[in-house]
Amino acid sequence: MPSGSFRIGSFEFSSRLFVGTGKYASFTQMSEALDASGSQVVTVAIRRDCLSDSGGARQDSILDHIDLDRYTVLPNTAGCFSAKDAIRAARLSRELLEGQGNKGAKWVKLEVLGDRKTLLPDPIGTLEATEKLIELGFEVLVYSSDDPILAQRLKTAGAVSVMPAGAPIGTGLGILNRNNIRLCLEALKDDDPDYPVIVDAGVGTASDVAIAMELGADGVLLNTGIAGAADPVRMAKAMSHAIEAGRLAFQSGRIPKKPYATASSPTEGLIEVSA
Amino acid sequence: MQATVNGQQKEIDSGTNVTALLGLYELEPIRVAVEINEDLVARSSFSTTTIFEGDRIEIVTFVGGG
Repeated sequence: MPSGSFRIGSFEFSSRLFVGTGKYASFTQMSEALDASGSQVVTVAIRRDCLSDSGGARQDSILDHIDLDRYTVLPNTAGCFSAKDAIRAARLSRELLEGQGNKGAKWVKLEVLGDRKTLLPDPIGTLEATEKLIELGFEVLVYSSDDPILAQRLKTAGAVSVMPAGAPIGTGLGILNRNNIRLCLEALKDDDPDYPVIVDAGVGTASDVAIAMELGADGVLLNTGIAGAADPVRMAKAMSHAIEAGRLAFQSGRIPKKPYATASSPTEGLIEVSA
Repeated sequence: MQATVNGQQKEIDSGTNVTALLGLYELEPIRVAVEINEDLVARSSFSTTTIFEGDRIEIVTFVGGG
């Protein structure tokens, strides 16, 4: 692990890529993409089970296709539009993961959404749910807009990680406001450089991941960018390389941007210029 | 008696507990989590939690998500 491991709450990982499990054509394709991504953390959602009392064949469960010894499951509260519903989803997920013996039972990716068209988070509901989930003993990773003030408020409330969005969920628009992500990183890490910040959502391709990492994010969480690619397994590999490349570049200290050229080759010892 | 299970009306014998309800749907208790009237039912309480007339029950499991 050339770019080093990092901690979130009581968890420690060497891979900085967290991947979702939604939208795959099949569980087989999902498993292959998860493997190719090198991720140690996979997100899942909670939904009503399909009920059939006619004795028909049971639907295949995603739990049969995620190696629970290999991956830490990060349950989300996707689809919740109120703090109350997000807390219900988090508690149901914890109960399920405790039953599976997965250490992901201790944490949750909190989403409290404010709008169905943009799926942008409701900042007030998000803060309220963060506080309550912490009271209930959860380690809370909070999906947030890229607002540095809100990010600071969520950290102060006790979130183990703030996860600002690069762009709205599933859009593939990339890191739309690099300056805001930079300001979020500054607000969260200024006096606490190890505080983990994950850019979550909106990533379309490998360069978007690299940009997030070059800005100084500790990791990236994405789903559609891999699952929606024409070749998800290959894209998973690309994303894992981008995480590594971006992290190494961040650690290396990039050159400043300048408006005019600076020669890379010596300017002395040039052969005589022809008349 | 009638209860609502995942939004659907369901005729259930009185005295049915959560474990028995899951059995009606051939669900493995380890693969689901259950709420009754928006209150979480701990897995350890499935067999001792009785369903009453008009209860609203949610039976959930994990699906793919981001």
